[in-house]
Amino acid sequence: MSSAPAAASPKLRAKGRPADIIFQGISTFAGISILVMLGLVAIFLVVQSIPAFGPDFDVKGTSNFLEYVGPLAFGTVWASFLAMIMAVPVAIGIALFITHFAPRKLASTIGFVIDLLAAVPSVVFGLWGANVLAGFMKPAYAWLSDNLGFIPLFAGTASGTGRTILTASIVLAVMVLPIITALSREVFLQTPRLHEEASLALGATRWEMIKMAVLPFGASGIVSASILGLGRALGETMAIAMVLSPSLVVSFILTSGTNPSTIASNIALSFPEAHGNEVSALIATGLVLFIITILVNGLARWLLGRNPRTGGAK
Amino acid sequence: MTTATAATGSKRNTLTAGQLSKWAPWVTLAASFALAAGLFMLVAVASSTDFSWAGVAIVGYILFLIILPVVSRIVEGGRKAMDRFMTGLVTGAFLLAFIPLLSLMWTVVSEGAARFDVQYFTESMRNVVGEGGGAIHALVGTLLVTLGATVISVPVGIFTAIYLVEYGRGWVAKGITTLVDIMTGIPSIVTGLFAFALFSLLFSDPGYRSGIGGSVALSVLMIPTVVRSTEEMLKLVPNELREASYALGVPKWLTIVKVVLPTALAGIATGVTLAIARVIGETAPLLIIAGFTASMNYNLFSERMMTLPVYVYNQYIAPGMNVSAAHERAWTGALTLILIVVVLNLIARLVAKIFAPKAGR
Amino acid sequence: MSKRIEAKDLNVYYGDFLAVEGVTMNIEPRSVTALIGPSGCGKSTFIRTLNRMHEVIPGAHVKGQVLLDGDNLYGDGVDPVLVRRQVGMVFQRPNPFPTMSIRDNVLAGVKLNNRRIAKSDAEALVEKSLRGANLWNEVKDRLELPGSGLSGGQQQRLCIARAIAVSPEVLLMDEPCSALDPISTLAIEDLIGELKQEYTIVIVTHNMQQASRVSDSTAFFNIAGTGKPGKLIEYDETTKMFSNPNEKSTEDYVSGRFG
Repeated sequence: MSSAPAAASPKLRAKGRPADIIFQGISTFAGISILVMLGLVAIFLVVQSIPAFGPDFDVKGTSNFLEYVGPLAFGTVWASFLAMIMAVPVAIGIALFITHFAPRKLASTIGFVIDLLAAVPSVVFGLWGANVLAGFMKPAYAWLSDNLGFIPLFAGTASGTGRTILTASIVLAVMVLPIITALSREVFLQTPRLHEEASLALGATRWEMIKMAVLPFGASGIVSASILGLGRALGETMAIAMVLSPSLVVSFILTSGTNPSTIASNIALSFPEAHGNEVSALIATGLVLFIITILVNGLARWLLGRNPRTGGAK
Repeated sequence: MTTATAATGSKRNTLTAGQLSKWAPWVTLAASFALAAGLFMLVAVASSTDFSWAGVAIVGYILFLIILPVVSRIVEGGRKAMDRFMTGLVTGAFLLAFIPLLSLMWTVVSEGAARFDVQYFTESMRNVVGEGGGAIHALVGTLLVTLGATVISVPVGIFTAIYLVEYGRGWVAKGITTLVDIMTGIPSIVTGLFAFALFSLLFSDPGYRSGIGGSVALSVLMIPTVVRSTEEMLKLVPNELREASYALGVPKWLTIVKVVLPTALAGIATGVTLAIARVIGETAPLLIIAGFTASMNYNLFSERMMTLPVYVYNQYIAPGMNVSAAHERAWTGALTLILIVVVLNLIARLVAKIFAPKAGR
Repeated sequence: MSKRIEAKDLNVYYGDFLAVEGVTMNIEPRSVTALIGPSGCGKSTFIRTLNRMHEVIPGAHVKGQVLLDGDNLYGDGVDPVLVRRQVGMVFQRPNPFPTMSIRDNVLAGVKLNNRRIAKSDAEALVEKSLRGANLWNEVKDRLELPGSGLSGGQQQRLCIARAIAVSPEVLLMDEPCSALDPISTLAIEDLIGELKQEYTIVIVTHNMQQASRVSDSTAFFNIAGTGKPGKLIEYDETTKMFSNPNEKSTEDYVSGRFG
């Protein structure tokens, strides 16, 4: 402490405040360390993945990196896309139900349950998807390929285990559901009461009020919430790793036993036994995933930032 | 509302348009499901297949979504019918979300209860090939790795938030905020790769595995959460309190330490607890950098270290000799994980409630 | 325990924006000086420069001098923290620390500075300060309860007790009664009358009656228009300001013809 003895001499001059400077220094250092850490993530991933771009690439029968990462990138995008198709409408529905349909007391309980769903570890979702959901969906897949086999999505023989890309996507959808719901709920809650009351006063039904006041107001918020959910789905590992067995194929069929794998799940499944060149190849695919998610998240933030009234994401 | 204003009785209130009574939706619901059940019963009998409850639920719900609006359209008019249709749709979405949750909870509890015993929490998997064995090594590993991550993340996270709220100006603060945003979006498996790349280069060991690597990976995931929640809480502290303190001749750092942080303490503690809950179930990064082992390892800094999520994964993916015993261990691990996460969430809520500044202002 | 303040050609800026221009005034010790004027004329900005509180707002800075018994507050190497220990401040809205009891709120200035104080001395200081703020009789039985549980007027007197507990030379009050009901306002005004025996008091107020009731001298600030800097129009004894001011605009303002 540098404080002068109080009241002894009413001097206003001090030799600066070491404690103040030290404290500010620590805080600044912590802030800068985040900058450094992220820089390190990028640098180390790049350094370690350089060997994967060499000429003597030979992993799982592919002869160059693009050939290897291509099907994985396809699988990543395809699985996330399917998950989003299922999750977004349901999430909007739940968010609307909580904010505009449910009784107030029920609403906060539902909010807690949704938060709980978000907190369930992904490995548990994976276990559930592989053991419970796959078995549950098996007859549906059989029915789909028997009766709707003429649609390319359901072509060929159905999987005998139910462990298909569609099952994996449903698990993914359940996992991103809480994220999208929580964000959309926040956006809907911010709808100005005046707008809502104005439309009700014009004689609108509840749905018309939502269509007139709530949805237009929350549109960009919903979009960015969905994109943030997409970012999470792209990087999700365990659910897919536990449900699907990896194979390097590009296929749109939802019900087949042979399914494309995703970047993240491929890393999780292959890394423990990988050595040499394959380690570099896996780290390089991780780098690709990193870049994809940064772009997707950046897009979401940009949309959120463009429309400040929807507030920041948590 | 223009439909059916004309009425039979002369004393009719002019504001009552044609309206379905309160119980109409419920009756329709029951009727739809009865219809669906009858339909599937017929199919089941005719083709001698199993009766499908899932089919009844789906078809019943669709029938309800068709019948109620149609009835409503006749009695109440198109706008009200649309409203009823959307209400049904939205409520359906909400109920749909409960199905996986209930199914998940039910399976985890019923399958996990079998091995939720003393042996499970006192023994490791060392020399166990078939039945028996436990997860104490994984539990200890999870606690150590998460503790390591917390020790790294909490100071960095809180001081970064202090920097952003109390000191940061201009492009440095903006840059850090953006980077924190980017960090929240890093896929968890990438943090595992990062920790592996870092440590294997540092120790020039291409097969490097250790618990502390896991802590570093998890802290990359945890820091942005801590920064975000602490930042929010510090921003909630009214500026008037800072000014009151400055006006008493208190230096800035003491104002932050003794006025701002105590006022925000409950919120920060809640945020940290939730951040721990978030990373304690992480599997992917630990799979890569901490690896797996059947034995106890108390040392964060050397050798492979088992953690609970990886244990669950490993028991499921590599069940060994006795598949059902391994799967039971996996389910019990899942149950334990969920319990830990729920307890952490409850603690967070409790902390927020108890330590919130007393007497509303 | 009471010092003279002299402002010499003081300009206050927010970034590039000149908020208050060319204020020169002498504030006598052991007196109450009221700063009046329409909203946005810079009286609150000015009072905050008297203990360097304006610096808390990013970009705010000052040109000119403020002398506290001859020491320039804005000289080289002056520590704003030490300035504020001699020039206390009470704010518009009562702001007791919500995490502290009534007792700790009074002792905040001592405790927050990590100074050790004997228990008996602390008790004496708490009683003396609370008595000084006319609050002792109301709270002596509940010193351990949080300060935020008091009524608005009591909270404001608690803030005054907190400010005088560090024995400042000067007490600045920025509209201390604007958030209070008439009865609490009266209690604070009485208190100001007593406090001037010991302290130099500067008070910003929107209430003309209050200025005429409590102050010895009054300064009238005005602003030519939005975006223009606020200026000190006239500064004189309160009786003269309210009965026979030199400036036309002062007369218009105190008689309620504008503002």
